[in-house]
Amino acid sequence: MQVPAPFEYERATSVDQAIGLMERLGSSARLVAGGHSLLPMMKLRLANFEYLIDINPLHDELGYIRVGADEVRIGALTRHRELLESAELAAAFPIFRDAERVIADPVVRNRGTLGGSLCQADPSEDLSAVCTTLDASCVIRGPGGAERVVSMAEFHVGPYETAVADGEILTEIRLPRRPGHGSAYEKVERRAGDWAVVSAGAAVWLGADGTIADARVGLAAVGPNTTGIPEISDTIKDQAPSEALYEQAGAIAARSCDPATDQRGSADYKRHLADELTRRTLRKAVERARS
Amino acid sequence: MQVTMTVNDVEVTREIEGRLLLVHFLRDVLSLTGTHWGCDTSNCGTCVVWLDGEPVKSCTVLAAMAGGHEVRTVEGLAKDGQLDPIQEGFMQCHGLQCGFCTPGMMMTCRALLDKNPDPTDAEIREAISGQICRCTGYATIVRSVRWASVHEAAAEVTR
Repeated sequence: MQVPAPFEYERATSVDQAIGLMERLGSSARLVAGGHSLLPMMKLRLANFEYLIDINPLHDELGYIRVGADEVRIGALTRHRELLESAELAAAFPIFRDAERVIADPVVRNRGTLGGSLCQADPSEDLSAVCTTLDASCVIRGPGGAERVVSMAEFHVGPYETAVADGEILTEIRLPRRPGHGSAYEKVERRAGDWAVVSAGAAVWLGADGTIADARVGLAAVGPNTTGIPEISDTIKDQAPSEALYEQAGAIAARSCDPATDQRGSADYKRHLADELTRRTLRKAVERARS
Repeated sequence: MQVTMTVNDVEVTREIEGRLLLVHFLRDVLSLTGTHWGCDTSNCGTCVVWLDGEPVKSCTVLAAMAGGHEVRTVEGLAKDGQLDPIQEGFMQCHGLQCGFCTPGMMMTCRALLDKNPDPTDAEIREAISGQICRCTGYATIVRSVRWASVHEAAAEVTR
Protein backbone atom coordinates (compact mmCIF):
# COMPACT_ATOMS: atom_id res chain seq x y z
CA MET A 1 0.00 0.00 0.00
CA GLN A 2 1.40 3.38 -1.01
CA VAL A 3 0.69 6.10 1.55
CA PRO A 4 2.45 9.41 2.06
CA ALA A 5 4.53 9.93 5.20
CA PRO A 6 2.58 11.68 7.97
CA PHE A 7 1.91 15.40 7.54
CA GLU A 8 -0.40 18.05 8.93
CA TYR A 9 -3.23 18.97 6.58
CA GLU A 10 -4.14 22.65 6.40
CA ARG A 11 -6.88 24.16 4.31
CA ALA A 12 -6.45 27.52 2.60
CA THR A 13 -9.24 30.04 3.03
CA SER A 14 -7.74 32.79 0.84
CA VAL A 15 -4.60 33.38 -1.21
CA ASP A 16 -3.17 35.72 1.39
CA GLN A 17 -3.95 33.33 4.25
CA ALA A 18 -2.13 30.56 2.34
CA ILE A 19 0.86 32.85 1.83
CA GLY A 20 0.82 33.69 5.54
CA LEU A 21 0.83 29.98 6.41
CA MET A 22 3.72 29.28 4.06
CA GLU A 23 5.68 32.23 5.39
CA ARG A 24 5.33 30.86 8.88
CA LEU A 25 6.01 27.21 7.99
CA GLY A 26 8.80 27.78 5.45
CA SER A 27 10.14 24.89 3.37
CA SER A 28 8.42 22.29 5.58
CA ALA A 29 5.14 23.24 3.90
CA ARG A 30 3.92 22.68 0.37
CA LEU A 31 0.82 23.75 -1.51
CA VAL A 32 -1.31 21.04 -3.05
CA ALA A 33 -3.77 21.75 -5.87
CA GLY A 34 -5.08 18.80 -7.93
CA GLY A 35 -2.45 16.64 -6.27
CA HIS A 36 -2.08 14.27 -9.21
CA SER A 37 1.67 14.81 -9.41
CA LEU A 38 2.49 15.71 -5.83
CA LEU A 39 0.56 12.94 -4.03
CA PRO A 40 2.10 10.14 -6.15
CA MET A 41 5.55 11.59 -5.39
CA MET A 42 4.70 11.73 -1.68
CA LYS A 43 3.46 8.13 -1.80
CA LEU A 44 6.83 7.09 -3.21
CA ARG A 45 8.52 9.27 -0.54
CA LEU A 46 10.26 11.21 -3.30
CA ALA A 47 8.74 14.29 -1.64
CA ASN A 48 8.09 14.70 2.08
CA PHE A 49 6.54 17.68 3.81
CA GLU A 50 5.47 18.36 7.37
CA TYR A 51 2.53 20.47 6.22
CA LEU A 52 0.35 20.25 3.17
CA ILE A 53 -1.77 23.30 2.41
CA ASP A 54 -4.81 22.44 0.29
CA ILE A 55 -5.63 25.33 -2.03
CA ASN A 56 -8.59 23.64 -3.76
CA PRO A 57 -10.98 25.81 -1.69
CA LEU A 58 -9.52 28.82 -3.59
CA HIS A 59 -10.97 27.65 -6.91
CA ASP A 60 -13.52 30.48 -6.90
CA GLU A 61 -10.67 32.97 -6.52
CA LEU A 62 -8.05 31.33 -8.77
CA GLY A 63 -10.06 29.29 -11.28
CA TYR A 64 -10.89 31.46 -14.31
CA ILE A 65 -10.20 32.05 -17.98
CA ARG A 66 -10.46 35.72 -18.97
CA VAL A 67 -10.10 36.31 -22.67
CA GLY A 68 -9.28 39.96 -23.38
CA ALA A 69 -8.45 41.72 -26.64
CA ASP A 70 -4.70 41.92 -25.93
CA GLU A 71 -4.21 39.19 -23.38
CA VAL A 72 -5.68 36.00 -21.95
CA ARG A 73 -5.43 35.59 -18.20
CA ILE A 74 -5.86 32.17 -16.64
CA GLY A 75 -6.08 31.53 -12.91
CA ALA A 76 -3.55 29.01 -11.62
CA LEU A 77 -6.25 26.74 -10.19
CA THR A 78 -8.07 26.35 -13.50
CA ARG A 79 -8.46 22.63 -14.09
CA HIS A 80 -7.46 20.73 -17.23
CA ARG A 81 -11.10 19.98 -18.01
CA GLU A 82 -11.97 23.68 -17.87
CA LEU A 83 -9.09 24.50 -20.22
CA LEU A 84 -10.20 21.73 -22.61
CA GLU A 85 -13.84 22.79 -22.61
CA SER A 86 -13.33 26.54 -23.02
CA ALA A 87 -14.40 27.48 -26.55
CA GLU A 88 -13.14 31.02 -26.02
CA LEU A 89 -9.66 29.78 -25.11
CA ALA A 90 -9.61 27.39 -28.07
CA ALA A 91 -10.57 30.28 -30.37
CA ALA A 92 -7.80 32.49 -28.99
CA PHE A 93 -5.13 29.75 -28.74
CA PRO A 94 -6.05 26.45 -30.46
CA ILE A 95 -2.86 24.89 -29.04
CA PHE A 96 -4.54 24.57 -25.64
CA ARG A 97 -7.26 22.23 -26.85
CA ASP A 98 -4.76 20.15 -28.84
CA ALA A 99 -2.64 19.70 -25.72
CA GLU A 100 -5.46 19.14 -23.26
CA ARG A 101 -6.86 16.31 -25.39
CA VAL A 102 -3.66 14.33 -24.79
CA ILE A 103 -2.88 15.24 -21.18
CA ALA A 104 -3.50 12.29 -18.85
CA ASP A 105 -7.12 11.07 -19.09
CA PRO A 106 -10.58 12.63 -18.61
CA VAL A 107 -10.84 11.66 -14.93
CA VAL A 108 -7.39 13.01 -14.02
CA ARG A 109 -8.23 16.16 -15.99
CA ASN A 110 -11.11 16.77 -13.59
CA ARG A 111 -8.56 17.42 -10.82
CA GLY A 112 -5.24 18.56 -12.31
CA THR A 113 -4.61 22.30 -12.65
CA LEU A 114 -2.62 24.63 -14.88
CA GLY A 115 -0.68 26.10 -11.95
CA GLY A 116 0.06 22.69 -10.47
CA SER A 117 1.36 21.45 -13.82
CA LEU A 118 3.69 24.41 -14.19
CA CYS A 119 4.89 24.26 -10.57
CA GLN A 120 5.62 20.54 -10.86
CA ALA A 121 8.15 21.61 -13.54
CA ASP A 122 8.42 18.14 -15.00
CA PRO A 123 10.50 18.35 -18.20
CA SER A 124 7.89 16.17 -19.97
CA GLU A 125 4.92 18.26 -18.90
CA ASP A 126 2.73 19.45 -21.76
CA LEU A 127 1.23 22.71 -20.47
CA SER A 128 4.72 24.00 -19.70
CA ALA A 129 5.55 23.49 -23.37
CA VAL A 130 2.30 25.22 -24.35
CA CYS A 131 3.07 28.21 -22.12
CA THR A 132 6.64 28.36 -23.42
CA THR A 133 5.32 28.32 -26.99
CA LEU A 134 2.88 31.14 -26.27
CA ASP A 135 5.48 33.27 -24.45
CA ALA A 136 3.45 33.23 -21.25
CA SER A 137 4.18 35.26 -18.15
CA CYS A 138 3.69 33.86 -14.66
CA VAL A 139 2.30 36.01 -11.86
CA ILE A 140 3.76 35.08 -8.47
CA ARG A 141 2.31 36.57 -5.30
CA GLY A 142 4.26 36.81 -2.08
CA PRO A 143 3.94 38.17 1.45
CA GLY A 144 2.04 41.43 1.79
CA GLY A 145 0.35 40.90 -1.58
CA ALA A 146 3.55 41.78 -3.47
CA GLU A 147 3.34 40.49 -7.05
CA ARG A 148 6.09 39.79 -9.53
CA VAL A 149 5.77 38.66 -13.11
CA VAL A 150 8.33 36.32 -14.67
CA SER A 151 8.73 34.78 -18.13
CA MET A 152 8.51 31.01 -18.63
CA ALA A 153 12.31 30.88 -19.12
CA GLU A 154 12.76 32.49 -15.71
CA PHE A 155 9.97 30.46 -14.12
CA HIS A 156 11.52 27.06 -14.79
CA VAL A 157 14.83 27.04 -12.96
CA GLY A 158 15.53 23.34 -13.58
CA PRO A 159 13.78 19.97 -13.44
CA TYR A 160 11.15 20.08 -10.67
CA GLU A 161 12.40 23.52 -9.66
CA THR A 162 10.69 26.87 -10.22
CA ALA A 163 11.17 30.54 -9.41
CA VAL A 164 8.38 30.32 -6.82
CA ALA A 165 10.09 30.81 -3.43
CA ASP A 166 8.92 29.76 0.04
CA GLY A 167 5.99 31.93 1.03
CA GLU A 168 4.99 32.57 -2.58
CA ILE A 169 2.21 31.25 -4.80
CA LEU A 170 1.72 31.15 -8.55
CA THR A 171 -1.62 32.88 -9.07
CA GLU A 172 -2.04 33.59 -12.77
CA ILE A 173 -0.72 32.87 -16.26
CA ARG A 174 -0.84 35.69 -18.82
CA LEU A 175 -0.74 35.01 -22.53
CA PRO A 176 -0.23 37.93 -24.92
CA ARG A 177 -2.54 38.06 -27.95
CA ARG A 178 -1.39 39.32 -31.30
CA PRO A 179 -3.18 39.34 -34.69
CA GLY A 180 -2.74 36.64 -37.34
CA HIS A 181 -2.32 33.88 -34.78
CA GLY A 182 -2.40 30.14 -35.29
CA SER A 183 -1.00 27.42 -33.06
CA ALA A 184 -0.91 23.66 -32.67
CA TYR A 185 0.37 20.91 -30.40
CA GLU A 186 1.36 17.32 -31.10
CA LYS A 187 2.52 14.61 -28.78
CA VAL A 188 3.90 11.14 -29.34
CA GLU A 189 3.11 8.84 -26.42
CA ARG A 190 3.40 5.10 -25.93
CA ARG A 191 -0.22 4.71 -24.87
CA ALA A 192 -3.24 6.96 -24.21
CA GLY A 193 -2.68 9.32 -21.30
CA ASP A 194 1.03 8.63 -20.89
CA TRP A 195 3.82 11.14 -20.53
CA ALA A 196 5.27 12.34 -23.81
CA VAL A 197 8.05 10.54 -25.63
CA VAL A 198 8.37 13.97 -27.25
CA SER A 199 5.84 16.80 -27.65
CA ALA A 200 6.05 19.95 -29.71
CA GLY A 201 4.02 23.13 -29.75
CA ALA A 202 4.20 25.80 -32.42
CA ALA A 203 2.70 29.26 -32.58
CA VAL A 204 2.85 31.65 -35.52
CA TRP A 205 1.69 35.19 -36.07
CA LEU A 206 1.26 36.08 -39.74
CA GLY A 207 1.62 39.60 -41.07
CA ALA A 208 -0.88 41.22 -43.44
CA ASP A 209 1.28 40.10 -46.39
CA GLY A 210 1.13 36.46 -45.26
CA THR A 211 4.74 36.22 -44.11
CA ILE A 212 5.64 35.03 -40.64
CA ALA A 213 5.78 38.10 -38.39
CA ASP A 214 6.78 35.91 -35.46
CA ALA A 215 6.92 32.23 -34.59
CA ARG A 216 7.76 30.18 -31.54
CA VAL A 217 8.32 26.49 -30.97
CA GLY A 218 8.31 24.76 -27.57
CA LEU A 219 9.38 21.17 -26.95
CA ALA A 220 8.71 18.85 -24.02
CA ALA A 221 10.64 15.77 -22.85
CA VAL A 222 13.85 16.58 -24.73
CA GLY A 223 15.86 18.46 -22.10
CA PRO A 224 15.99 19.54 -18.47
CA ASN A 225 13.00 21.85 -18.98
CA THR A 226 10.47 22.46 -21.69
CA THR A 227 12.53 24.34 -24.15
CA GLY A 228 11.78 27.31 -26.34
CA ILE A 229 14.06 27.49 -29.37
CA PRO A 230 14.93 31.09 -30.22
CA GLU A 231 16.99 30.03 -33.25
CA ILE A 232 13.84 28.76 -34.95
CA SER A 233 12.08 32.07 -34.32
CA ASP A 234 15.08 34.02 -35.69
CA THR A 235 15.38 31.80 -38.77
CA ILE A 236 11.79 31.75 -39.96
CA LYS A 237 10.82 35.29 -39.04
CA ASP A 238 9.83 37.49 -42.01
CA GLN A 239 9.83 34.45 -44.31
CA ALA A 240 6.92 33.21 -46.38
CA PRO A 241 5.60 29.91 -44.96
CA SER A 242 6.74 26.91 -47.01
CA GLU A 243 7.59 23.22 -46.64
CA ALA A 244 11.27 24.09 -47.01
CA LEU A 245 10.97 26.50 -44.11
CA TYR A 246 9.30 23.89 -41.87
CA GLU A 247 12.07 21.45 -42.77
CA GLN A 248 14.66 24.01 -41.77
CA ALA A 249 12.88 24.61 -38.45
CA GLY A 250 12.64 20.86 -37.81
CA ALA A 251 16.36 20.43 -38.38
CA ILE A 252 17.10 23.22 -35.89
CA ALA A 253 14.76 21.62 -33.33
CA ALA A 254 16.50 18.25 -33.71
CA ARG A 255 19.96 19.64 -33.13
CA SER A 256 19.00 22.20 -30.45
CA CYS A 257 17.36 19.77 -28.06
CA ASP A 258 19.06 17.54 -25.53
CA PRO A 259 17.11 14.28 -25.15
CA ALA A 260 18.21 11.31 -23.07
CA THR A 261 17.86 7.65 -23.98
CA ASP A 262 15.36 5.94 -21.65
CA GLN A 263 12.52 3.39 -21.72
CA ARG A 264 10.48 5.78 -23.85
CA GLY A 265 13.02 5.78 -26.68
CA SER A 266 16.55 6.47 -27.79
CA ALA A 267 17.99 9.97 -27.98
CA ASP A 268 18.20 9.58 -31.77
CA TYR A 269 14.52 8.64 -32.03
CA LYS A 270 13.56 11.61 -29.87
CA ARG A 271 15.57 13.97 -32.07
CA HIS A 272 13.76 12.53 -35.07
CA LEU A 273 10.44 13.22 -33.30
CA ALA A 274 11.49 16.77 -32.39
CA ASP A 275 12.17 17.37 -36.08
CA GLU A 276 8.98 15.77 -37.37
CA LEU A 277 6.65 17.24 -34.72
CA THR A 278 8.11 20.71 -35.21
CA ARG A 279 7.32 20.51 -38.92
CA ARG A 280 3.82 19.18 -38.34
CA THR A 281 2.86 21.74 -35.72
CA LEU A 282 4.27 24.67 -37.69
CA ARG A 283 2.38 23.50 -40.78
CA LYS A 284 -0.87 23.22 -38.82
CA ALA A 285 -0.31 26.52 -37.00
CA VAL A 286 0.09 28.34 -40.32
CA GLU A 287 -3.03 26.65 -41.75
CA ARG A 288 -5.00 27.78 -38.71
CA ALA A 289 -3.62 31.31 -38.86
CA ARG A 290 -4.80 31.54 -42.47
CA SER A 291 -8.30 30.22 -41.84
CA MET B 1 -8.02 15.72 12.42
CA GLN B 2 -11.77 15.59 12.03
CA VAL B 3 -13.44 15.39 8.64
CA THR B 4 -17.10 15.68 7.71
CA MET B 5 -18.41 14.89 4.26
CA THR B 6 -21.54 13.59 2.60
CA VAL B 7 -21.23 10.07 1.20
CA ASN B 8 -24.16 8.76 -0.83
CA ASP B 9 -26.43 11.41 0.70
CA VAL B 10 -25.43 10.54 4.28
CA GLU B 11 -23.32 12.96 6.33
CA VAL B 12 -20.39 11.25 8.03
CA THR B 13 -17.86 12.63 10.52
CA ARG B 14 -14.72 10.73 11.43
CA GLU B 15 -11.37 11.30 13.10
CA ILE B 16 -8.64 10.63 10.50
CA GLU B 17 -4.95 11.13 9.73
CA GLY B 18 -4.25 13.93 7.27
CA ARG B 19 -2.48 11.49 4.95
CA LEU B 20 -5.43 9.09 4.64
CA LEU B 21 -6.46 8.67 1.02
CA LEU B 22 -10.12 8.88 0.07
CA VAL B 23 -10.15 5.31 -1.27
CA HIS B 24 -9.02 3.94 2.10
CA PHE B 25 -11.42 6.20 3.98
CA LEU B 26 -14.30 4.78 1.97
CA ARG B 27 -13.20 1.15 2.18
CA ASP B 28 -11.59 0.86 5.60
CA VAL B 29 -13.31 3.54 7.67
CA LEU B 30 -16.81 3.48 6.15
CA SER B 31 -16.66 -0.18 4.98
CA LEU B 32 -17.88 0.84 1.54
CA THR B 33 -15.84 -1.79 -0.26
CA GLY B 34 -17.64 -1.40 -3.58
CA THR B 35 -14.98 1.15 -4.52
CA HIS B 36 -11.95 -0.92 -5.49
CA TRP B 37 -8.35 -0.14 -4.80
CA GLY B 38 -6.05 -1.04 -7.65
CA CYS B 39 -2.84 0.45 -8.99
CA ASP B 40 -2.44 3.20 -6.40
CA THR B 41 -0.90 5.44 -9.10
CA SER B 42 -4.01 6.99 -10.68
CA ASN B 43 -3.61 4.86 -13.80
CA CYS B 44 -6.15 2.03 -13.53
CA GLY B 45 -9.30 3.93 -12.52
CA THR B 46 -10.97 1.18 -10.51
CA CYS B 47 -11.13 3.59 -7.53
CA VAL B 48 -13.18 6.23 -9.39
CA VAL B 49 -15.86 7.91 -7.25
CA TRP B 50 -17.61 11.24 -7.66
CA LEU B 51 -16.52 14.34 -5.83
CA ASP B 52 -19.27 16.94 -6.18
CA GLY B 53 -20.57 15.03 -9.19
CA GLU B 54 -17.23 14.79 -11.04
CA PRO B 55 -15.43 11.45 -11.39
CA VAL B 56 -12.07 11.45 -9.58
CA LYS B 57 -9.49 8.77 -8.82
CA SER B 58 -9.87 8.34 -5.08
CA CYS B 59 -6.36 6.88 -4.63
CA THR B 60 -5.03 10.33 -5.49
CA VAL B 61 -7.38 12.46 -3.41
CA LEU B 62 -6.91 12.90 0.32
CA ALA B 63 -9.95 12.11 2.45
CA ALA B 64 -9.36 15.50 4.06
CA MET B 65 -9.78 17.19 0.64
CA ALA B 66 -13.30 15.76 0.44
CA GLY B 67 -14.25 17.46 3.71
CA GLY B 68 -17.37 19.57 3.21
CA HIS B 69 -17.99 17.99 -0.18
CA GLU B 70 -20.31 15.35 -1.64
CA VAL B 71 -18.95 11.94 -2.47
CA ARG B 72 -20.84 9.30 -4.39
CA THR B 73 -19.69 5.72 -4.72
CA VAL B 74 -20.94 2.71 -6.63
CA GLU B 75 -23.11 1.88 -3.60
CA GLY B 76 -24.99 5.11 -4.31
CA LEU B 77 -25.91 4.28 -7.91
CA ALA B 78 -29.03 2.21 -7.27
CA LYS B 79 -32.06 4.17 -6.07
CA ASP B 80 -34.87 2.70 -3.94
CA GLY B 81 -33.70 -0.82 -4.70
CA GLN B 82 -33.82 -0.09 -8.42
CA LEU B 83 -30.55 -0.57 -10.30
CA ASP B 84 -29.30 2.38 -12.29
CA PRO B 85 -29.61 1.78 -16.08
CA ILE B 86 -25.81 1.69 -16.27
CA GLN B 87 -25.76 -1.22 -13.80
CA GLU B 88 -28.57 -2.89 -15.72
CA GLY B 89 -26.58 -2.38 -18.93
CA PHE B 90 -23.48 -4.06 -17.51
CA MET B 91 -25.68 -7.02 -16.51
CA GLN B 92 -27.49 -7.28 -19.84
CA CYS B 93 -24.42 -6.90 -22.06
CA HIS B 94 -21.87 -8.83 -20.04
CA GLY B 95 -19.97 -5.64 -19.21
CA LEU B 96 -17.90 -7.43 -16.62
CA GLN B 97 -15.91 -10.59 -16.43
CA CYS B 98 -13.87 -10.56 -13.22
CA GLY B 99 -15.58 -7.36 -12.06
CA PHE B 100 -12.54 -5.62 -10.64
CA CYS B 101 -12.71 -2.56 -12.89
CA THR B 102 -16.52 -2.44 -12.85
CA PRO B 103 -17.26 0.07 -10.04
CA GLY B 104 -14.91 2.67 -11.52
CA MET B 105 -16.15 2.00 -15.05
CA MET B 106 -19.78 2.44 -13.98
CA MET B 107 -19.11 5.67 -12.06
CA THR B 108 -17.28 7.21 -15.01
CA CYS B 109 -19.87 6.06 -17.53
CA ARG B 110 -22.82 7.24 -15.41
CA ALA B 111 -21.19 10.69 -15.30
CA LEU B 112 -20.67 10.53 -19.07
CA LEU B 113 -24.36 9.77 -19.70
CA ASP B 114 -25.40 12.58 -17.36
CA LYS B 115 -23.47 15.03 -19.54
CA ASN B 116 -23.93 13.33 -22.88
CA PRO B 117 -27.01 11.07 -22.97
CA ASP B 118 -26.27 9.70 -26.44
CA PRO B 119 -22.51 9.24 -26.74
CA THR B 120 -20.82 7.63 -29.74
CA ASP B 121 -18.65 4.57 -29.22
CA ALA B 122 -15.60 6.80 -29.66
CA GLU B 123 -16.86 9.14 -26.93
CA ILE B 124 -17.43 6.22 -24.57
CA ARG B 125 -13.92 4.92 -25.26
CA GLU B 126 -12.46 8.38 -24.68
CA ALA B 127 -14.35 8.67 -21.37
CA ILE B 128 -12.90 5.38 -20.07
CA SER B 129 -9.42 5.94 -21.54
CA GLY B 130 -8.06 6.44 -18.02
CA GLN B 131 -9.40 3.09 -16.87
CA ILE B 132 -8.08 -0.37 -17.38
CA CYS B 133 -10.00 -3.62 -17.79
CA ARG B 134 -7.41 -6.36 -17.56
CA CYS B 135 -9.91 -8.89 -18.85
CA THR B 136 -9.81 -6.56 -21.90
CA GLY B 137 -13.58 -6.58 -22.10
CA TYR B 138 -13.80 -3.10 -23.55
CA ALA B 139 -16.15 -4.05 -26.38
CA THR B 140 -18.79 -5.30 -23.96
CA ILE B 141 -18.27 -2.31 -21.66
CA VAL B 142 -18.96 0.04 -24.58
CA ARG B 143 -22.00 -2.07 -25.48
CA SER B 144 -23.25 -1.87 -21.87
CA VAL B 145 -23.06 1.91 -21.90
CA ARG B 146 -24.88 2.01 -25.23
CA TRP B 147 -27.57 -0.21 -23.69
CA ALA B 148 -28.02 2.20 -20.80
CA SER B 149 -28.12 5.16 -23.17
CA VAL B 150 -30.77 3.60 -25.42
CA HIS B 151 -32.93 2.35 -22.54
CA GLU B 152 -32.77 5.66 -20.71
CA ALA B 153 -33.89 7.43 -23.87
CA ALA B 154 -36.77 4.93 -24.23
CA ALA B 155 -37.76 5.43 -20.59
CA GLU B 156 -37.84 9.21 -21.21
CA VAL B 157 -40.30 8.70 -24.08
CA THR B 158 -42.67 6.42 -22.16
CA ARG B 159 -42.59 8.55 -19.01
